[in-house]
Amino acid sequence: MNAPVLNEDMRLMNGNHAVAWGVRLAVPDVAPLYPITPQTPILEKLIEFQSQGQFKAELLTPESEHSAMAGCIAASALGARVFTATSSQGLLLMHELLHYAAGARMPIVMFNVNRTPAAPWGFWPDQIDSLSQRDTGWVQLYTENPQDSLDTVIQAFRIAESAGLPVMVNHDAFYVSHSVEPVSLPSADLVQSYLPRQAREIKLDTTIGRSVGAPVDQVQWNRTRREMQIAMAGIADLTVQAGQDWAALTGRKSAPLEFYKTEGAEIVLVTMGSMTGTARDAVDRLRADGVKAGLLKLRLFRPLPLADLRAALARFGTALVLDRNYSPGTGGVLHQEIKAALFGMDDAPGLHGLLAGVGGVSVPVETLEALAREHLGAPTSPDPIWVE
Amino acid sequence: MEKIDYTDTGQFCSGHVACAGCAEALAMRVILNEVGTDAVGVVVPSCTAVILGGHPMSSAKIPFLHGTLESAAASAAGVKRALRAMGRDDTTVLCLAGDGGTYDIGLQSLSSAAERNEDILYVCFDNEGYMNTGGQKSSSTPKSATTGSTPLGKTTRKKNLIEILAAHRIPYIATVSPSHLNDMKAKVKKAKGMRGMKVIIVLIPCLPGWGVADNAAVKTARLAVESGVFPLIEVEDGLTYKVAQDEKKHPLDDYLAQQKRYRHLKDDDRAELQADVDASWSRLIGLAAM
Repeated sequence: MNAPVLNEDMRLMNGNHAVAWGVRLAVPDVAPLYPITPQTPILEKLIEFQSQGQFKAELLTPESEHSAMAGCIAASALGARVFTATSSQGLLLMHELLHYAAGARMPIVMFNVNRTPAAPWGFWPDQIDSLSQRDTGWVQLYTENPQDSLDTVIQAFRIAESAGLPVMVNHDAFYVSHSVEPVSLPSADLVQSYLPRQAREIKLDTTIGRSVGAPVDQVQWNRTRREMQIAMAGIADLTVQAGQDWAALTGRKSAPLEFYKTEGAEIVLVTMGSMTGTARDAVDRLRADGVKAGLLKLRLFRPLPLADLRAALARFGTALVLDRNYSPGTGGVLHQEIKAALFGMDDAPGLHGLLAGVGGVSVPVETLEALAREHLGAPTSPDPIWVE
Repeated sequence: MEKIDYTDTGQFCSGHVACAGCAEALAMRVILNEVGTDAVGVVVPSCTAVILGGHPMSSAKIPFLHGTLESAAASAAGVKRALRAMGRDDTTVLCLAGDGGTYDIGLQSLSSAAERNEDILYVCFDNEGYMNTGGQKSSSTPKSATTGSTPLGKTTRKKNLIEILAAHRIPYIATVSPSHLNDMKAKVKKAKGMRGMKVIIVLIPCLPGWGVADNAAVKTARLAVESGVFPLIEVEDGLTYKVAQDEKKHPLDDYLAQQKRYRHLKDDDRAELQADVDASWSRLIGLAAM
């Protein structure tokens, strides 16, 4: 049973302000920030908190996202708890430093608002900005609504600092970032008990004189990646634990993979981010009409929870993967990842990759409902399918 | 000759991998000893990073973050903000970069740190080109100098970083030379004692990159100062210019003759460069008189 929620403080706020509240409660030491649509309300809210004396982090406002991430890395090397936020072009400008942050094992938490990259210019929800950073060594989590974003950004500090890896939390532009919903604010004491301030490793220690990031030989470089693999292998369990401990305090559950009405399901919709809400409605309608449909929400994308994903998908005859992104020459990134995850399974479901909502186009619940009916029991579609 | 008033407290270790005869190691020794032990360093890809050495060795006693080429000042700002958040605001943040990392790819983040007046001591080891990658031109390479990417001589001027920085009105800018170590030491000490953004530019004649004899680095640096090509100056608050010398003691030819990168020049070319140095000198004296 869920724990009783004490002193619940429900407020109406958009997804970005929910993130800012989560960050305020997590009490970082340093926050380098650079504005970009549609992330900016996170920056503005944090600076508003600071002007009110309620957010004490050192605010660094440099000339670019690249310098913001450089500042994050350097501050993290001193053992500071660090937060930044960005979107789209900003995330892509950081690309070089995303590799650096992970390679140097800096537990930075970053919030990314998923937005289409240029060209052409657009400001619409699409996850290719963060999905194209999948090889940089950052843990990636995706959230579906403002409450999920607040809860997850707090959990991200726990995961990052436990694993010594940077964590990127993502939500969709506008559908989540600017949508106003009721959000339950945890108390400062509750978050402090969840994220106790403990001594973090000071990598740049004046009493030792050890350097960070200095050139290494081939074997040493190779070893850094093996060590990252070990750290990555622990992320799924850390994410489960972070979710369970949070649920014990707030009553709100979360996990790397989340299921909705999958009991006895013959077809399952696989989603990440804001599409999940629409898919829930589609499942409700299908169930009401006698179609045994369910939903699998992938919250942890990097590292992909492979074993759990394989075990989960083996239960269903058909899986529809909904990708709000397009990797030219292949298809949806999530579709590609799940295809690879299922390789060699005798009991793999019929798999269909649907390019649904690329560039932020609307995907109505009726469309998902029709797609589920159309693909129920169909053999695997080898190629991605554009959803009109 | 001047006596070098200098006590080595061991902040720069032997066994580093600078080229034999390189004056940069000498400058690093003086700077690191003056900065002392309560300091955190940032270095970006450059000869300096090579001299500091590969993991797990380091030729410096203070810890260094080996950051990315374009991020020197941004990284130093991050170090400073973390120190401040932890109540260690008195710890010096020393940032070391080459001219590529300062005049070129790092100029954006340097300008931003200067505009924010970050409390860092930024030292640019200026060897007038990408010497660590084998000697290509940077925007610090002077007119007419040959490099791997300007085999016929660079057609445009060296970027005037001092005036760019002065326009930011930062507290302190200085030029120093490995030929004038007491001056270098005094300026580092002065900068360390100030709050806000301090930038010190060190001219480093590059033995292979400039075609200077192995025993002539310091002599060449001295001729750069004394010919007026690289005068030793200070700029406070971007407005107050001070020049350590009141005359040019050598014709430019004495400086050019030390280096193979200028040996293709004809008399007319040399006269043109001399006229350029004269004009820059007059402008500087004018600024110092204001």
